Amino acid sequence: MKALRPFTINGEEIELALDTRDTLLELLRDRAGLTGSKEGCGNGNCGACTVLVDGAPVNACIMLAVEAVGRKIVTIEGVAANGKLDRVQQALIDLGGTQCGYCTPGVVLSATALLERNPNPTEIEIRHALAGNLCRCTGYDKIVEAVVAAAARVGA
Amino acid sequence: MNEFDYTAPATVEEAVAQLGTGARVLAGGTDLIVQMREGRRQVGHVVDLKRIAELTEVASTPDGGVAIGAALNVTALSAHPAMAAYPALVESGRMIGSYQIQNRASIGGNVCNAAPSADAVPALICLGARAVVAGPGGRRDEPVEALFAGPGRTTLGPRDVLVSLRLPPAAKRSAAAYLRFTPRREMDIAVAGVGAWLRLDERGAVAEARLTLAAVGPTPIRAAQAERLLIGEKPSAKLVAEAAALAARDARPISDTRGSAEYRRELVKTLAARAVAACCARLGNPLETA
Ligand SMILES: Cc1cc2nc3c(=O)[nH]c(=O)nc-3n(C[C@H](O)[C@H](O)[C@H](O)COP(=O)(O)OP(=O)(O)OC[C@H]3O[C@@H](n4cnc5c(N)ncnc54)[C@H](O)[C@@H]3O)c2cc1C
Repeated sequence: MKALRPFTINGEEIELALDTRDTLLELLRDRAGLTGSKEGCGNGNCGACTVLVDGAPVNACIMLAVEAVGRKIVTIEGVAANGKLDRVQQALIDLGGTQCGYCTPGVVLSATALLERNPNPTEIEIRHALAGNLCRCTGYDKIVEAVVAAAARVGA
Repeated sequence: MNEFDYTAPATVEEAVAQLGTGARVLAGGTDLIVQMREGRRQVGHVVDLKRIAELTEVASTPDGGVAIGAALNVTALSAHPAMAAYPALVESGRMIGSYQIQNRASIGGNVCNAAPSADAVPALICLGARAVVAGPGGRRDEPVEALFAGPGRTTLGPRDVLVSLRLPPAAKRSAAAYLRFTPRREMDIAVAGVGAWLRLDERGAVAEARLTLAAVGPTPIRAAQAERLLIGEKPSAKLVAEAAALAARDARPISDTRGSAEYRRELVKTLAARAVAACCARLGNPLETA
């Protein structure tokens, strides 16, 4: 059964037609038209669907959309402010931390949440925070280097 | 997924009243939603527990212990100051999947999903956790280890809700540890796991011991012979090695793609010795290694 329900996505309040069966990822991609979040494995392993719910990274593919009613959702579309890339995005470009790009939205959100709770992470902490974001291209080193660089660019 | 109703009751009593044929409670969904999406579980009514205050908090109990809300996510649980007294459980919770998973996954879900490899279960059993369960007949409380009936099966009835996991206060001169073996360092499922808990007497001899084996039987296994061997003795590397060999005999592993039964038994021996040694180190009595 479909019904209009209120969501807060990237700071905007919006009513969306919700089917109880929708995952949060389906709501974002198919009902809100925000296709930056990707579906990889569909079972919580790969992290391509990572979004922030009340600031915490979650796998949108294994969360029901109805669970997110009334909570603050941030997707990759909400990261750059006024067309200016955020420091994690910029560092990933500068240091070659992205290739095919499929995992990148999830990586950006996991790294952003990490820097939010821990502005000076060690390399181990970065690798740990990104353990749930699989990348088949980069071999991870450049992603980790980019997050190290982004942490050093506070306020940039 | 098939069509289902969704409700998010505000109290345990409402949740119990809403449960019935075809209904299933939802905590973090990191097991349930995966199973529903893969068609492994048909659910007609999802009862979300996360609006119930009692299920999403850590409360102190009159005996000085804690009651962990069954649906509280592992990230919030680990950050709670009262959990500093139970490092083995916090460490176990933080082995579950990634940050994304831990921001959703609950200890109650880990117990009720009843995977033999569930990482939080050995520490709960070793710490003497009791499960507070609400059902149509009211509330009861039972040892966590009594909840397991087989892989994926608990003794809970279809209208029972696990409310909280109660830990007694951490006893003086006691310590616990949980270790698992996974081929990958992160995001992997235990091939074998061992939890240990020791309480020493004033002389430094073992007064009480608990060893719990995971992923080497249909349900978690208490290694009773090993526990008996340790009691009354001062821990030494030799004694711990003997106890670990007995623990391996209590394992009832199967062979599957993750490892053969023989390999799992070897793992239990190694992990049991290390888990007991970790308890000794936590107690300030590191074992001398031969
Ligand atoms: C990518 C990934 C990695 C994982 N890695 C690990 C790992 O390393 N170690 C590990 O142990 N597990 C792992 N898991 C499994 C899972 O995350 C854990 O078992 C988790 O603790 C389940 O908690 P949940 O709150 O998500 O449970 P849910 O999925 O909400 O529920 C699980 C089951 O328990 C029932 N249930 C939940 N709460 C209650 C309650 N209060 N009363 C009665 N029944 C209840 C539900 O109906 C359901 O059948 C992983 C899962 C994924 C997707």
